[in-house]
Amino acid sequence: MMKNINMNENKMSKKTKLILNIISLIVFALLITLLDKRVIGDSYVRRVLNTSAVYAIVAVSMNLINGFTGLFSLGQAGFMALGAYVVAIFTVPVGLRPSIFYVIKQNPVLAQIELPFFVALILGGLLAAFVAILIGIPVLRLKSDYLAIATLGFSEIIRIVITNIQPITNGALGINRIPEMPTMWIFFGILILSVIFIKLLIASSYGRAFKAIREDDIAAEAMGINLFKHKVLSFAIGAFFAGIGGGLYASLLGSVVPNSFNIPMTYNFLLIIVLGGMGSVSGTIISSFVVTSGLEVLRFFDDKLTIGGVVIPIFRPGFRMVIFSALLMILVLFFRNGLLGQKELSWDLIRKKFLRKKSDKRGAE
Amino acid sequence: MTFQTFLQQLANGISLGSLYALIAIGYTMVYGILRLINFAHGDIFMMAAYFMVFSVVNFGLPWYIASIIVILATVALGVLLEKAAYSTLRDAPRMSIMISAIGASFLLENLATYLFTGVPKGFPNIAILTKSVSIAGVSLSVATMITPVVTIVLLYVVMFITNKTKIGMAMRAVAKDFETARLMGVNINRVISSTFIIGSALAAVGAILWGSKYPSVMPLMGVMPGLKCFIAAVLGGIGNTAGAVLGGFILGMAEILLVSFLPSLTGYRDAIAFVILIVVLLVKPTGLLGEKVTDKV
Repeated sequence: MMKNINMNENKMSKKTKLILNIISLIVFALLITLLDKRVIGDSYVRRVLNTSAVYAIVAVSMNLINGFTGLFSLGQAGFMALGAYVVAIFTVPVGLRPSIFYVIKQNPVLAQIELPFFVALILGGLLAAFVAILIGIPVLRLKSDYLAIATLGFSEIIRIVITNIQPITNGALGINRIPEMPTMWIFFGILILSVIFIKLLIASSYGRAFKAIREDDIAAEAMGINLFKHKVLSFAIGAFFAGIGGGLYASLLGSVVPNSFNIPMTYNFLLIIVLGGMGSVSGTIISSFVVTSGLEVLRFFDDKLTIGGVVIPIFRPGFRMVIFSALLMILVLFFRNGLLGQKELSWDLIRKKFLRKKSDKRGAE
Repeated sequence: MTFQTFLQQLANGISLGSLYALIAIGYTMVYGILRLINFAHGDIFMMAAYFMVFSVVNFGLPWYIASIIVILATVALGVLLEKAAYSTLRDAPRMSIMISAIGASFLLENLATYLFTGVPKGFPNIAILTKSVSIAGVSLSVATMITPVVTIVLLYVVMFITNKTKIGMAMRAVAKDFETARLMGVNINRVISSTFIIGSALAAVGAILWGSKYPSVMPLMGVMPGLKCFIAAVLGGIGNTAGAVLGGFILGMAEILLVSFLPSLTGYRDAIAFVILIVVLLVKPTGLLGEKVTDKV
């Protein structure tokens, strides 16, 4: 009897859900517009939110590869670097370039080419996808841990090559004066588009094939799924969005240096997808915002803390990253499913959680 | 290039190769038993270098006593790592175990940055190791010369342990078939701990010799050697101790020869290991001395 009531309580009519969806969309759009028009929040808040949106794009793309296709790839930072550098090389105004490439002159052909931001962004994504296919053909034959080390290695090779081709990338000095974006909607709009694309992909027959490969690749192959084709496809699409994310990241920061795309960068995204749940798009988006703003909030750990005139000695630079990495360990050791596991956020889920808490309280009384 | 410089580079290559070999043994043994890339192994190596800095510079211990303390402390750290990060996930999905390994590595790096700051610390100058000796016009440091010897001796010790002792037999049994060995009454946890003890001890020895050659200790110094040594282990055939040493030698030689023959490519020094990895995985995934393993459904 009790169970029956609960079942009814957990179901919401389609109409209610639709209304709730519309309300939350309007609230979201209103919030972003208000932030964008500088009515609420300050430049710091806007910056953190933009970074979160960019991280969400890359994290969702990594989740497509790792969480949905079950390929343990650690190459995301490398693909981001490709996208970021394409945007950096082609969008900096031609006139400013000699002052940026002051040690070694830029390649004369490249020095003349200036592209609109969106063209460069797409080009960066395509380059990342192309490199992913080239890398994927040999590497995706490998099993889980070999794949991890090989992709990590390729991501490092990309970084090393970028550092060494000075006439194109300006080497370790990096490229600055990348034009800023006028509105937050560029970041959030692309986030929404890429999430819609990935959601549609996951719901399609390709997505079902990806999940079959994740669950058991031998069984999937026996069912007639072309393992190699699907793995390369997932890898290339993941790399494409990582490249897009990288391009946005470059324009967000205004400058790129090879060292910002190092291995810890990939670990950052790994933490995000583990926290959000491997195989949950909505979980990944939530955790991108939580982790990115969390890292900002935790900045006080790096500053000196004085309570009642006593300096607490553990608060000094680096403490934040210790907390951050300890968090990753705790997550994987004790909360392996993250926030949502393989589920997606839905009104039913929120209601269920909410009701369970209530009934727990009642039970306790 | 004169013959002398060639010999000099050859010696450097062999020496670097044997350092890689020492660390690679740790990877290959853990992988053989747990089927896990111990991502934190390179960071264990880094911590060992810091232990050496502190025991000699800060506590003023003589190097031979410090070395013993460093080896013991590193072993303790390795076992602690295994107990904290890996033993609780024995039956978890592989991806979780790997993420835990990455997390442990990341934690050690950040902890080192926090505790010791990112500023490089000077490795203590052990006079007996850094003294340079000139043989046939080639001037070499003692560390460069004894590293290969130490590596070969330690390789024999490890091979003796795995092939002739009871715990070694248990190790081989676990590596062959984890579940069956467990059913036969092999104490899995003890075997795994012993593996980490051997691996960490070798990493500590490697760190002491490494520091004598490259005397700058940084929180991220273990990352690249760590990745390269795993590649060395794959090159030699993962799970095979002698293979790891062979792989380490080849990798060290390749790196030094690239730098000395093609100086314009020096910037790509760290990339060559990954190129080797890809070639090996494509041409002979089992490595030079590895056995073929087929997956059973």
